[in-house]
Amino acid sequence: MSSLSGNAGTLLAAEEWHAPGLWLFQWKPLVEIGPFGITKPMILAFIVVLVVIGFFWAAFSKPQPVPKGAQMWGEYAYTFVRDQIARPMIGKDGDKYLPLLFTLFVFVWIMNLMSVIPLAQFPVTSRIAYPAALAIMVYLYMLYLGFKHQGFLGFFKNKLFPPGMPKWIYIILAPLEFLTNFIVNPFTHAVRLFGNMFAGHILIAMFAITGYHFLVVAVSPLGLPLGIVGAVMTVVMVAFELLIQALQAYVFAMLAANYIGGAVHAEH
Amino acid sequence: MNITASLQSAAGAVLAAPAEPTENSNPIIPDIAELVVGSIAFFIVLFALAKVLLPRVAKTLEERSDAIEGGIERAKQLQAEAQETLEQYRAQLAEARHEAARLREEAREQGASIIAEMREQAQADARRITEQAQASIEAERQQALAQLRSEVGTLSTRLAGRIVGESLEDDARQRRVVDRFLEELESGADAAERVR
Repeated sequence: MSSLSGNAGTLLAAEEWHAPGLWLFQWKPLVEIGPFGITKPMILAFIVVLVVIGFFWAAFSKPQPVPKGAQMWGEYAYTFVRDQIARPMIGKDGDKYLPLLFTLFVFVWIMNLMSVIPLAQFPVTSRIAYPAALAIMVYLYMLYLGFKHQGFLGFFKNKLFPPGMPKWIYIILAPLEFLTNFIVNPFTHAVRLFGNMFAGHILIAMFAITGYHFLVVAVSPLGLPLGIVGAVMTVVMVAFELLIQALQAYVFAMLAANYIGGAVHAEH
Repeated sequence: MNITASLQSAAGAVLAAPAEPTENSNPIIPDIAELVVGSIAFFIVLFALAKVLLPRVAKTLEERSDAIEGGIERAKQLQAEAQETLEQYRAQLAEARHEAARLREEAREQGASIIAEMREQAQADARRITEQAQASIEAERQQALAQLRSEVGTLSTRLAGRIVGESLEDDARQRRVVDRFLEELESGADAAERVR
């Protein structure tokens, strides 16, 4: 028994309640190719790729003037990102960045959604590398757009020395602005999404393990109410997480739009 | 035990959640391989959506809004046309009414004039017929008068001759003469009638 190392094994065999922890997020490679190990989150990420492309292929490959079915839903998502994220955050030329923002929103959302899909049951974005990859990409794109539209020095000047302040205040403001715009923003951009999904997954897992433990593994009169609470809360948390997943995808895309907008147009 | 253990390890492999701490157990430090995989996955989706699929739907949306705007424009135009046609119809209707009223008035006038004309003609006819009748009566009277006059002369002469030629001694004889005269007169009148 002690040779078992899977958490499923732990769940199936453990006699005592085992709180979920970091081990929820640590995956042994399923397949190893040289030094490179393919883990479940990677596979999920590529399933997300297939699902997203598959859905939008069905929706948009042959768009009809009168939409129905997948196209209708796809258009709903498209106009949502356009009217709620791209245009309000960037302005009139927001449509130029719409494909990127739409892809970010959908990709992040479906990666989050993997949390509640049976068998997948893991939010890909709770591995920091996935949000980090997207945040780094957005960050680099922001720098590129900033240099292109405002010039290398102009971009830094506009970012670090927002106009309309007393001169002496820039001694404090400029370093703070630098910290905010070039270090904290990209970091929080990734960590906000990661943290939400990480915490949500732990919560669901904790209630699920509690329910499973007291209703299946160690049934006892004392533990029964706890088990019921666990089972009910699991369902409640899944519903709550569905909301958080969509919300965080929206927030991630909106922040990306905000950074892009700040790079394209100098702040006023 | 062995079977259970292998079942459990199989289940563990399927669910694939190893609890063994990896070399990098801090959840906030990104795994390089995952960074690469995540980026590749994202760029695949970005390429498919941004280069292939989204332009299509953007075009469709644009065409749709164009179509809707065009439809509204067309509807406006049609409405304007309908309004114009209605105005035309109204104008035509008013004109037709006016025309009808004019025709009625004309017909009434014509009717009145025809009646007046007819009446005049009838009166003229009546007058003419009356005049003709009077003329013919007058002519006949003149003719009768002339004939009577000539016949009275002849008769008087003949009567006088008879009276003179015959001896009128007694009443009986005289009466006979008168009777004969009257008979002759009657037959003569008949003869005169036949001659005419």
